[in-house]
Amino acid sequence: MRPALAAPLIVAAGPAGGADLAAARTQMALSLGWHIIVACLGVGMPALLLFTEWRGLRRGDDDYLRLARRWAKAVAVLFAVGAVSGTILSFEMGLLWPGLMGVYGQVIGLPFALEGIAFFLEAIFIGIYLYAWDRLSPRAHLLSGVPVMVAGVASAFFIVSANAWMNQPRGFLLQGGRVTHVSPWAAMFNPATPPQTIHMIVAAFMVSGFATASVYAVALLRGRRDRYHRLGFLVPFTVAGALAPVQILVGDYAARFLAGYQPTKLAAMEGVTRTGPHAPLSVGGIFVDGRLRYALEIPNGLSLLVGYSPDTVVQGLDRTPPADRPPVTPVHLCFDTMVGIGVLLVLLAAWLAFGWWRRREIPRSRLFLWPAAASGVLAVVAVEAGWVVTELGRQPWVVYVRLRTADAVNPAPNLWAGLLLLVAVYTVLTVSTVYVLRLMVRARPVAAPQERETA
Amino acid sequence: MEAAQVLLGVMWVGLTLYALLGGADFGGGLWDLLAGGSRAGMPQRRLIEHSLGPVWEANHVWLIFVLVVLWTGFPPVFAAVMSTLYIPLTLAAFGIIGRGAAFAFRKSSTELWQQRLFGAAFALSSVLTPFFLGTVAGAVASGRVPPGLARGRLVGAWVNPTSMLGGVLAVAVCAYLAAVFLCDDAVRSRLPGMAEVFRRRALAVAAVTGVVALGGIGVLHADAPRLFTGLTHRALPLVLASAVLGVASIALLWLRRYLLVRGTAALAVAAVLWGWPVAQYPLMLPPAVSFRQVAAEPAVITAVLVVAGAGALLVLPSIAWLLAVQHRLPFERGSPG
Repeated sequence: MRPALAAPLIVAAGPAGGADLAAARTQMALSLGWHIIVACLGVGMPALLLFTEWRGLRRGDDDYLRLARRWAKAVAVLFAVGAVSGTILSFEMGLLWPGLMGVYGQVIGLPFALEGIAFFLEAIFIGIYLYAWDRLSPRAHLLSGVPVMVAGVASAFFIVSANAWMNQPRGFLLQGGRVTHVSPWAAMFNPATPPQTIHMIVAAFMVSGFATASVYAVALLRGRRDRYHRLGFLVPFTVAGALAPVQILVGDYAARFLAGYQPTKLAAMEGVTRTGPHAPLSVGGIFVDGRLRYALEIPNGLSLLVGYSPDTVVQGLDRTPPADRPPVTPVHLCFDTMVGIGVLLVLLAAWLAFGWWRRREIPRSRLFLWPAAASGVLAVVAVEAGWVVTELGRQPWVVYVRLRTADAVNPAPNLWAGLLLLVAVYTVLTVSTVYVLRLMVRARPVAAPQERETA
Repeated sequence: MEAAQVLLGVMWVGLTLYALLGGADFGGGLWDLLAGGSRAGMPQRRLIEHSLGPVWEANHVWLIFVLVVLWTGFPPVFAAVMSTLYIPLTLAAFGIIGRGAAFAFRKSSTELWQQRLFGAAFALSSVLTPFFLGTVAGAVASGRVPPGLARGRLVGAWVNPTSMLGGVLAVAVCAYLAAVFLCDDAVRSRLPGMAEVFRRRALAVAAVTGVVALGGIGVLHADAPRLFTGLTHRALPLVLASAVLGVASIALLWLRRYLLVRGTAALAVAAVLWGWPVAQYPLMLPPAVSFRQVAAEPAVITAVLVVAGAGALLVLPSIAWLLAVQHRLPFERGSPG
């Protein structure tokens, strides 16, 4: 079950300069990591927003409509910064990784072209939705938001399918350093596409739900328990909470996919050194001298999860040449972080469900409200940790077993200068974004970027 | 006609739309910078904000479209251009962040000092971004980007007479388009005084652009002789058309026919933009790399063309609706912020 490993290894002559490679990787990680947060909210928030507006219109419920208005403002700001932070990424594909794009650009271009269309529609309809709120009939206005929601989810699918291709490169042959027989659809629908896209889209809705609910959890903690704030917490938290257990199942599916298709990554995630049955599930620990130490081990746990039997053989790092292994400690700890947060979010959702079943109200306990107020940040941390697992776990390859990251980087000198500039620009961008979003939650919010001033 | 030729054409249509729509937005930023003091310049800034408001994000997608088509259809060209010209392109990318974010934030900020700060960032990056993109165009057109990864001179490739001409011309064209579009917008918003202000500016910047373009002929003759030959031979009809349309635009501005000048100004810019590839066809990276050598496989190009066609069917009517909504809702004066 390891088709990719059978492929010929393409190794170029010299490695790129260490410092510049590290700078390029850090720059990509920072700008992707930043964009992912905004993108998650861009994928998930429109659905929450439309649901709330729809309910408000249907029942003539002013609290729902006020929530929708408020969330629309946040979506407007996030969309504006997401548009630019996403554009930078398409620049960076070439500025930092021309060795990848010059050879494989044609193989993975299709999903990006499709994403371009989706993003276009999103930009157009978000303009209409925000600009013309009071000028369209309620029904037409609600409908103008639907393309925003659909295009957001579609964008996530397209972009993540391109990333999935880097894990499972398909749809081409390599002959003398040039790709031939390119089948862009086969590249897009590679084996890693279903587990990765589903996992990410669910994650985007969880981030949106928990992050929105967090804001109102803080209000509840401060004693503002009126209906507006209760609804502002309940609607998004219910959506995200209902998805939390689903995500555990999807994550399990994604991990079992790795056992078949990218066993080295799974071995790094769990710190498995030796191939064999009875592989334990390890929690925590650090990897030194070729073995995981100080970890809490659940005997047979990994074998059971992968093949439902303690006798399931799990491939360890010993099957991969040392030069082709990813760094184990960060991959393992990030995986544990993601799973740990996932479990915590399921418990929180269960608590709310229980409280609702018994008393029809949001639990008043601070023991519930504090973690609920942190759930947005936690969900974001889980997503970031998950991406570290995906990306770092694939190293040293940028295209799995085909192209090394060191061979893809721009050979131009002084890439670190770009990184310094990026850190400065993104620090300002982060501070401004948070500041403006805080203005939006004031009692009298300010105008959003795409709104008419008089609105 | 080969599929790769069609894709080149589609990419250039995207680039033209970005230059016209995104370019006018950049120019809006330039006029924002020159609008005057915080209080005195307020009405102009509000008109500019109104013109950009709901459309700038959509306009900006054309750039992403061009980048994606380039890397999918002609990947070695994308790799060569991005790696050799990573300095001006990195600066342009940061300019794009600064412009988009600062424009959005300024609208949402309430304090004057914040509006000034975000406004300055918005305006400054609106000038720098087209300038750096213009230097990139000059670098490619003057044959300073060889194939391969970062094989060209990292500074000399974009710090040279043709690139500087490209940068200055790009800024001038953006300013010109914006001034012309704002004349029309001001009249629609029943602000005749404002229309007069932008009319004077459009006339002035039209003169400046004309001088730069004429002087540019000399620059190209000395610095990029191949491009000069192409522009004076195969692309000559387009160059002449651009000159005629430019003069016609000045005449129409004089006569205050703002809606017509919108069309002629856009066509004049488009003629210049199309003159460049016609002058160097079939080369993509002069002096040696033809588009056929670097084109993706036919299956890829067909797939991208199908997606672009289907996308156009969805996107174009949507844009039409957006513009209709924007134009149906005129600018309102004196409304509180």
